[in-house]
Amino acid sequence: MSVISMTVNGKPASADIEARTLLVQFIREQLGLTGTHVGCDTSQCGACVVHVDGRAVKSCTMLAAQAEGAEILTIEGLAPNGELHPVQAAFREHHGLQCGFCTPGMIMTAVDMIRRIPDLDEETVREELEGNICRCTGYHNIVKAILAASQEMR
Amino acid sequence: MSGAAREGIGQPVRRKEDFRFITGNGHYTDDISRPRQTYAYFLRSPHAHARIRSIDTSEAEKAPGVAGIFTGRHVADDGLGGLICGWTVTSKDGTPMKVGPHPILALDTVRYVGDHVAMVVAETLAEARAAAELIEVDYEALPAAVSLGSCQKPDAAQVHPEAPRNTCFEWELGNKAETEAAFAKAARVVKLDLTNNRLIPNAMEPRAAIGEYDKGSGIYTLHTTSQNPHVARLVLSAFVGVAPEHKLRVIAPDVGGGFGSKIFIYAEETACVWAAAKLGRPIKWTADRSEAFLSDAHGRDHLSHAELALDADGKFLGLRVKTIANLGAYLSTFSAAVPTYLYGTLLSGQYDIPAIYVEVDGVYTHTAPVDAYRGAGRPEATYLVERMVETAARETGIDPADIRRRNFIRSFPHQTPVIMNYDAGDYQASLDAALEAIDYKGFAARKSDAAKRGKLRGIGISSYIEACGIAPSAAVGSLGAGVGLWESAEVRVNPTGNVEVLTGSHSHGQGHETTFAQLVASRLGIPLSNVEIVHGDTDKVQFGMGTYGSRSGAVGMSAIVKALEKIEAKAKKIAAHLMEAAVEDITFENGAFTVQGTDKSLAWAEVSLAAYTAHGFPSGEIEPGLKEGAFYDPANFTFPAGAHVCEVEIDPDTGIVEIVKFVAVDDFGTIINPMIVEGQVHGGIAQGIGQALLEHGVYDPASGQLVTGSYMDYCMPRADDLPSFTLGFTKTVCPSNPLGMKGCGEAGAIAAPPAIINAVTDALGIRDIEMPATPARVWQALQSAAPRAAAE
Repeated sequence: MSVISMTVNGKPASADIEARTLLVQFIREQLGLTGTHVGCDTSQCGACVVHVDGRAVKSCTMLAAQAEGAEILTIEGLAPNGELHPVQAAFREHHGLQCGFCTPGMIMTAVDMIRRIPDLDEETVREELEGNICRCTGYHNIVKAILAASQEMR
Repeated sequence: MSGAAREGIGQPVRRKEDFRFITGNGHYTDDISRPRQTYAYFLRSPHAHARIRSIDTSEAEKAPGVAGIFTGRHVADDGLGGLICGWTVTSKDGTPMKVGPHPILALDTVRYVGDHVAMVVAETLAEARAAAELIEVDYEALPAAVSLGSCQKPDAAQVHPEAPRNTCFEWELGNKAETEAAFAKAARVVKLDLTNNRLIPNAMEPRAAIGEYDKGSGIYTLHTTSQNPHVARLVLSAFVGVAPEHKLRVIAPDVGGGFGSKIFIYAEETACVWAAAKLGRPIKWTADRSEAFLSDAHGRDHLSHAELALDADGKFLGLRVKTIANLGAYLSTFSAAVPTYLYGTLLSGQYDIPAIYVEVDGVYTHTAPVDAYRGAGRPEATYLVERMVETAARETGIDPADIRRRNFIRSFPHQTPVIMNYDAGDYQASLDAALEAIDYKGFAARKSDAAKRGKLRGIGISSYIEACGIAPSAAVGSLGAGVGLWESAEVRVNPTGNVEVLTGSHSHGQGHETTFAQLVASRLGIPLSNVEIVHGDTDKVQFGMGTYGSRSGAVGMSAIVKALEKIEAKAKKIAAHLMEAAVEDITFENGAFTVQGTDKSLAWAEVSLAAYTAHGFPSGEIEPGLKEGAFYDPANFTFPAGAHVCEVEIDPDTGIVEIVKFVAVDDFGTIINPMIVEGQVHGGIAQGIGQALLEHGVYDPASGQLVTGSYMDYCMPRADDLPSFTLGFTKTVCPSNPLGMKGCGEAGAIAAPPAIINAVTDALGIRDIEMPATPARVWQALQSAAPRAAAE
């Protein structure tokens, strides 16, 4: 066991954990932030994407200990004052979610994608979503939502 | 537009449930934790088929954190029943299907890789997992029957001694003699062998369960990822015997997709809730994805031979089909119904075929159970019919659209030779709209343009029909269903006028909280925000049949309509009393009760409050309160239908198939929320494209190991595998339910695969290609086909 500390959604977070604890386990089980999901065990599905120091990361691919001192942003921290982030609002407006399970990872990926790539087009969005699997929407409305949010945030 | 009109029937209202999902505030089963909970891990069979000589748990029991280890012996000693199949299919010789036992934990034999051998419960999941490694199971490995093509051979390994030649049933439907006669007078017979590939459902939320027992009350509680919590409770009580029905509460909270795979009652949740009482502590289990691949019920997996008889004008005379359908190692909850009554009954497609005869052998193999997966039987039927029709068009030289038009059913009701009575439809309207949207006439020019770029372009049509609602009870009962298939609703009006609607349907992505609320709000003339849809908890909703088979709109909402009618009738009585008028003179519109011909009026909220103050009610005539329930049993299945048309381009150097355009025109009858319906179509098409081009559940034929057991091996459709879709709608109203709805959840998965394979085979100039048409298969086909210049 060892104590790790990081900032999660703007607040300090610290816990005594086993060294093998994954970041996603730390977030879900230690901090009780269950908006970040686990949909696979091979780092393929992207349901667990969070931001680590501003970059989208699959939180099942790193140990919590590797995030020592980092700034973590999860889906719960994206709309801290109750006002939806433009990407959240776009997912709702364009029906970019159905069962909602992949949605937190999709939204966190999309926020990072829009930050990195100023002129998104459909082909780029589809390519960039390669690491996020959705079984409900056929991606049609997810792509639409990301393009709309990207326009809005320009 | 007024607020009410913006929220009314037919409006693309944004979903009420979205806020919690986009902010990370959903509550899926694994998000829930109970005080003092323990964690379960299942030790699974590494063999496809083996005898268990012994299980030694002594070392594991001493491992750190272990709270309990349970094996098949404990289950048997406790007198627990096995898992059941709720549908009995009868063979053509009149004998009932041959069912092998389906124990919750294996007793002496394991029958597929992933079969349940022991449940280890510990303080943490890591400890449970580590302890499971210490269990010593002495297996005697046995030969396995894995391949569908050879499992019925006399020398094949046997899955269950109860079912010789691994044959569970030999079922038939239709008229054999009439079909033979039709073939005897045919000008042409088209023949095709078809494979419907095995799929693994892969809802993004893995299955999960938390079992609990309250010693004081003797009540068990099970949180589980279920599409139908009441059916789960019924099976766990009446058949497995975990607890009496009134002592078992099943809660299906937010559920992250189902697609059929969460209809069924599985070993894991059964073991968790049963063992919670033994242990005196809650037990939580969540599948990892590898376990989901191994143990979720799979879908499809048919081998078929089909023959279509035509006259000289291309008119269909008869269809005969022989299908071998894989059931896996055990019968799952509805698995016998899927390749029979949900398949054979749809083999008439949209066509007037005078004679049909189908034989289906349901067979056991040493693989995971196979049951309903999005479309369930109807995708298999549609694939067969639409591939046959396309092949007939090519062999007769009749344009594929024309041969469909020549054979469409045009008058309704239409009795097919395979049970179904189609009630309404306009198949040509959908086809014409789809062909217009894809510019069918311009295809030849696009094909030659593609050829100049070195690409092979093809077009494919799929005119599909499905039977949805999965009802009425009398009909399904006569066909072998163990349950009735109606739906329930209860409308509870609170004193302040807002409304809770309890439904037996379950939403796991379909947006019921919005669509159902639209119906209620518009009927009562109140804002959408004043309506709460309650579902998924057997303590709140008395009974219900759940959500599958695209039934929640047509059946679930019809039950709500019935309950609302009762509410309105009673509210009118109260309004009449309050306004001292005759009840016949009361009208209810836009949320107001008015005495006809006067200016006397009361608002909905005033009448709601009066229902509970009940001051001065004539006690013999009006009871206090405003709450009504209804059970709705439909008069018929519903028959959504439409046409999907697809254009592909193939790179002959790589074999990669690109879908360049996909058009879907569907007739779902009345649509409450077009935004949600379009979303359902998109998702269905994506799964259909997955089946046609990407997905395949593969077992090694010798060892029975699942080769495609992760997202590294099983090709899920990603965003860059799919195009954006072009949708359109036609409308014929369904006459058998009060809203005229037909259902939309499965259409895409049913219609898309043959449209794509028709397009791929058109592009390649070949008769058939097996799904999934991967680049490797397409490239192989290109190498073995007769030389065909790209610029042809």
